[in-house]
Amino acid sequence: MMLPDLGSLLGFSTEKIEKGDFILLSDRNADASFLINHFLSLYLRAGCKVCFLGLVQSFSHYSAVALRLGVNLVQAREQGQLVFLEGLKDSVGQLLQQGPDSEAYPMGFLRGSQTDLRSLFRFVQRSVGGAGEWSPSILLVDDLSVLLSLGVSVEAILDFSHYCRTTVCHQLQGNMVMLVRVGEDEDDEEGPELLLKALTHQCSLALSIQGLPTGYCRDIHGQVEVRWKERGPGAAGPGGALAQKKLLQYKVHDKGVSFFARGTSSAVL
Amino acid sequence: MLAESGILLSVRSGSPFLIGSPERSDVSLLVKVLMNMAMSVSNTGERRSQQNTRPACNTTSFQKKSRSKLVSIPGTRPSVQNGQLIVSTGVTSLDYVIEEDKYDSYSRMLLKYFLAEGVVCGHHVFLGSARDPPDEIMQDLPAPILDDIPSNAVNMGQVTACDSEDQGSMKIAWRYQNLPKVQTALASSSRFGHYYDASKTMARELREAVKCSTFFLPHELPAESHAEPSPISEAYRLLLRSIQELIRQEGFDGTAPQKSRNILRIGLHSLGSPLWADDICCEEKPTQASSLTSFLYGLRALLRSSLCTCMVTVPSHLIQNRAIMDRVTRLCDTAIALESFRGSERETNPLYKDYHGLLHVKQTPHLNCLVCEAPDTKDLAFKLKRKQFSIERLHLPPDLSDTVSRSSKADVAESARLLSSACGGLATSNKHLDF
Repeated sequence: MMLPDLGSLLGFSTEKIEKGDFILLSDRNADASFLINHFLSLYLRAGCKVCFLGLVQSFSHYSAVALRLGVNLVQAREQGQLVFLEGLKDSVGQLLQQGPDSEAYPMGFLRGSQTDLRSLFRFVQRSVGGAGEWSPSILLVDDLSVLLSLGVSVEAILDFSHYCRTTVCHQLQGNMVMLVRVGEDEDDEEGPELLLKALTHQCSLALSIQGLPTGYCRDIHGQVEVRWKERGPGAAGPGGALAQKKLLQYKVHDKGVSFFARGTSSAVL
Repeated sequence: MLAESGILLSVRSGSPFLIGSPERSDVSLLVKVLMNMAMSVSNTGERRSQQNTRPACNTTSFQKKSRSKLVSIPGTRPSVQNGQLIVSTGVTSLDYVIEEDKYDSYSRMLLKYFLAEGVVCGHHVFLGSARDPPDEIMQDLPAPILDDIPSNAVNMGQVTACDSEDQGSMKIAWRYQNLPKVQTALASSSRFGHYYDASKTMARELREAVKCSTFFLPHELPAESHAEPSPISEAYRLLLRSIQELIRQEGFDGTAPQKSRNILRIGLHSLGSPLWADDICCEEKPTQASSLTSFLYGLRALLRSSLCTCMVTVPSHLIQNRAIMDRVTRLCDTAIALESFRGSERETNPLYKDYHGLLHVKQTPHLNCLVCEAPDTKDLAFKLKRKQFSIERLHLPPDLSDTVSRSSKADVAESARLLSSACGGLATSNKHLDF
């Protein structure tokens, strides 16, 4: 179990996967990519069918990290459990407008002739459907905000995430995990902040990673704020706010992450 | 391939009381990147004795035990942490972003060091520029300070101890002895980093011994541009294409035979400035806001799948939109910002009199691993001496003025008196207490 503290807090385990969850990961002045790696390992171990949009790193990077967490991505891909989009690989050809222009390319929006992420969504649709022996279907995106850097509008990204959520969470009763990275200044940025706010309203669980408010520390890498909707009979409906909150601090190690309550880091005690 | 931003981080725990440790810092070691090649280098399966394998080194947080069984390319070293090849001043498939200082003096210096290291190691060098002709920059590279070891011995891996610095036991500041040394020790025989003399330029023979490709925008940009709408501008597209072609031609993407593999060092000067036909420095809401970031994404893609490392300098002080700079930083592996004191009020500030500027580490790389190597502290300052560009932890100069100590002694006596009277009367009167 990779995240024992966080997992038990949220009711996550490889034996029991919630259905229809939209998990939003965000970071501000920190790096939340370790969370995406953990979720990837978690879902693969639980036997889910995973579609991973790796837009910012190469496959070998995720593979190397996953090996440390005990999961073999190469094998999962060969067996069909994992469908991996290596965004970087096709991007140069699309940016330089080499090769034919077709909707079949998931990264085709880089050409500039498409204003939306239709081709990327079609790829997701093809990948999560027909799960077969692996179930439920999971979509992981690392990360959504890089699309803003590539000239895609906020509206197009929100449309894309809406389509994905409808397909993955509602139709297929699977889960979706997306990472959004925002900058330091809360008021300044338009793109990522808007994206984050809109997606926060739609998600059922939000993990926000931040640097420590008091500054940089080598032993405590940051803090994570967990907000989630109440489940069960007394809970608000799907439109309910993320009522439950918890604040923890974390430190990333070579093979995992440790979470602890504020002020209880081993560096302090 | 992703270019990751440069690394920088050879920090030395600078304390004014250290005795017996020679000052050694090398900019190439300073920029240490613990990044590994994105492209997995095939294990040769045999331990090459000529490989510069380093033994375990526990003096710095950036050096690890080296694993053998990796392809041997001169001027590179395998990183233990994630099995990537480390190049001095960088890691292959990484690129560094250096936020320029106001007058672009120190960032240019770092770029030249980066390229000079490439020349000395025999790597293939690529230089892209829009303002100064690349040949001029190449002619101005600093001369390396070479030992009297013939070049044949370059590939002889002499296993030397990493902590070759003379530790010396400290007598006065013995408490500092236990501080972990962040300085990377340079074993000169392993040829992993070099020192440069900034006052001399590199000899022409040395420079011409390596292959150098250049890209000078005024020569490459066609008079008429018929660009279709695209997230990336014409200028950057041409640059990206020329890098892609070079990689394909020379086989840096793995198609070259193993024996003749080499590293491509890419230096890009002042990306984002108006000379690259980019208006992010002119407008707060530029028309092609995502042009530079799209280029960096493409560059990242190219770097991740080939044996390359890249250093990019960006005039961030001109970029008006903070968000764009954040995105640029995120698209790179290592990002450092140089803030020189020249021309600012800090130049005359006595606190900073030992240094030429501050250095901010914005981002550290973590390729192929979960955790990023973070420096102990982020308060770093740099100074450019004739034979070194050193980066040190910012520390206050020792408090040696008389007036200050006198008043502090008086304070101490005062407080001691108060204390003693509270405790029940010891005759202290004017006695000084020395702590």
